[in-house]
Amino acid sequence: MIQLFLINLIAFADPEIASENLSKGMVLVPAGQYLPLYRSTDQQASWVPAFKLDRYPVTNAEFLEFVKASGNWRKSAVPALFADEHYLSHWANDLEPNPEGIDQLQSPVTHISWFAAKAYCASKGKRLPTVAEWERAAQIGFSQFDGHNEAGFYDKLLAWYGKPTPQVLPAVGLSKSNVLGIYDMHGLVWEWTQDFQSALVTGESRGDSAIERTLFCGGGAVGASDFKNYAAFMRFAYRSSLQANYAVASLGCRCAEGVEDEN
Amino acid sequence: MFRKSMLSLGIMFTWFALAQEPMSTEKAVLTHAPDVPPAITRTQPAKVVVEVETTEVIKRLADGVDYTFWTFGGKVPGPFIRVREGDLVEFHLSNHPNSKMPHNIDLHAVTGPGGGAASSFTTPGHSSQFSFKARNPGLYVYHCATAPVGMHIANGMYGLILVQPEVPMPAVDREYYVMQSEFYTEGAYGEEGLQPFSMKKALTEIPDYVVFNGSVGALAGDNAITANVGETVRLYVGNGGPNLISSFHLIGEIFDSVYTEGGVLANQHQVQTTLVPAGGSAIAEFKLEVPGTFILVDHSIFRAFNKGAIGMLKVSGPEDLTVYSGKQADTVYLAEGGAIQTVPAADKPELPTTMTKSEKLAFGDRLYKANCLACHQSEGQGIPAAFPPLAKSDFITVDDERTIGVVVNGLQGEITVNNHKFNSVMPAMQLTDLEIASVLTFVKNSWGNTGGEITSDQVAKVRAKPAANTQPQEH
Repeated sequence: MIQLFLINLIAFADPEIASENLSKGMVLVPAGQYLPLYRSTDQQASWVPAFKLDRYPVTNAEFLEFVKASGNWRKSAVPALFADEHYLSHWANDLEPNPEGIDQLQSPVTHISWFAAKAYCASKGKRLPTVAEWERAAQIGFSQFDGHNEAGFYDKLLAWYGKPTPQVLPAVGLSKSNVLGIYDMHGLVWEWTQDFQSALVTGESRGDSAIERTLFCGGGAVGASDFKNYAAFMRFAYRSSLQANYAVASLGCRCAEGVEDEN
Repeated sequence: MFRKSMLSLGIMFTWFALAQEPMSTEKAVLTHAPDVPPAITRTQPAKVVVEVETTEVIKRLADGVDYTFWTFGGKVPGPFIRVREGDLVEFHLSNHPNSKMPHNIDLHAVTGPGGGAASSFTTPGHSSQFSFKARNPGLYVYHCATAPVGMHIANGMYGLILVQPEVPMPAVDREYYVMQSEFYTEGAYGEEGLQPFSMKKALTEIPDYVVFNGSVGALAGDNAITANVGETVRLYVGNGGPNLISSFHLIGEIFDSVYTEGGVLANQHQVQTTLVPAGGSAIAEFKLEVPGTFILVDHSIFRAFNKGAIGMLKVSGPEDLTVYSGKQADTVYLAEGGAIQTVPAADKPELPTTMTKSEKLAFGDRLYKANCLACHQSEGQGIPAAFPPLAKSDFITVDDERTIGVVVNGLQGEITVNNHKFNSVMPAMQLTDLEIASVLTFVKNSWGNTGGEITSDQVAKVRAKPAANTQPQEH
């Protein structure tokens, strides 16, 4: 806890990091611990090295530029192997994101497959965040660094799940950012992660066999670290329902970049 | 050698396949509560295709109160599924593209890990298919089992599947589907607007709403279930929970048989209240002897009267007074040493001793509202079968003296008004002669009655007479 707090102070105090935060629309998330919702008994917390994360989810306007630049990712051209028939189904056509009478250019892009999201980030010289990175950024509160300690933090997150998806999503950046200045981690769309299907894999194959892998009913609670974090249950359940070629109505992405291992 | 045995095996298989009746395929009839699909009359197993869609929709939870329900088939509870023991069920679960959440289905009727949950786990905009053999007859709950399961159930994702036993249950006249569940809202009971789910209340298991069939009033008033006297009714009762156990009770009826916990044995008779566990069911049967409105409640009674757990069964048909008489007497009860209670004279304003007809009409109007309206209603229309009408009443026009006598002395026993029989009680009214003259003058000049005027003297004359003519005869 104290360690996190110190890192937080440093992140704000360091002018170099602060200026870095403003460049390229990305925010530096300092290195720190992340406590996975599902973990093996001997693994308590993961160390997540510092990384940069997009301030906003990718918008339809941004995705349009990408589609224009690479012909393969047009609706009419993409192979089913890389994106199912829902791919960009909310767009009027290949190069027109706005159906008649609707302006959704500044709304987050959805209906994109994992392959498409990955390709988009690659085109920007970035990559998708890992589950650990995404979850670490998602734990950052709106008024203090550690959202766990923020009053009403989980209630705020849960409120989103109680509302049906609107026909047209709101523009990005309209809600309050977290203390690092990252917007819309919660309450707008789900987001792709690099290793979305690996929630229950520890890398130790013999250990894996003892883990209750089903996220259903009683099994969903076995091995969870925080039973009150319903929002996290939702995310893990959601991710594990996906395949890489699925394009889904409320699923978008944002990109990340390593700090140490940039090449 | 090898080839030969393969050949004979092949022949055996062919013979086996021919000897077996080919399994027929049918699409399951699904119904929304309180309806139940028709009984299956087949005597052989079939392949039954069940198609269910999951959606997330805003709907009414109570008057003025909305909630975002997660549903099977667009409503809470989900559709009633009916199959037969031995059937091969091919289940298709489709998750609407606009859903925010992945969903699945865990049918307690399925033998296998997760009850089908893993195989039916479905992202928005996708469909899953799995099959199971309906091995175990009984009435089973199904629900969504996507993590966090509690919230998926709390938001409305449950329903019932009946696996009809090979030896069918006895035929009944009517079958209904009733499912209890509770809702945990941020706002207190009745607080208007779209109410979000309250995780805090769900964790502490203190719901603001406990309802039958998904919302307050879903089984009451115009939505009541109905039957006729002489019919036998079977209720398929489920409890979606997520937390509470139901003390299921039908006021004014005794369950002739209960298949406790939704098994196939009518193992208990003469049951007043049966427990229905969360994630469980019960089947209750009863024959109806008398007409009237019978109230279904969770007899954990504050849930019924304060949280919505009320349903109605309206039964029509002839009365049987040997079974139930209705109210036979309502007499004044005087506690020992008591006396007729009267309002102290000092509290009463001074009244004039005589009035003109128009003064009486205005005075009578006020008196009517204070003394008569509760039973005889605002337009004198009365309440059918309970309180006779005063509007266009043939009882009033016939005999003023008798009419005055009813108000002065009260009336009980059977009378006929406008060709309808009434058998109830009217108490003697504690009104002065002028007050009675005024209210009756008002009544005689209202709602299509024939007009006229009653005087204080007429009232005084009736009051002076013995009251025997308006009291029921002693036997």
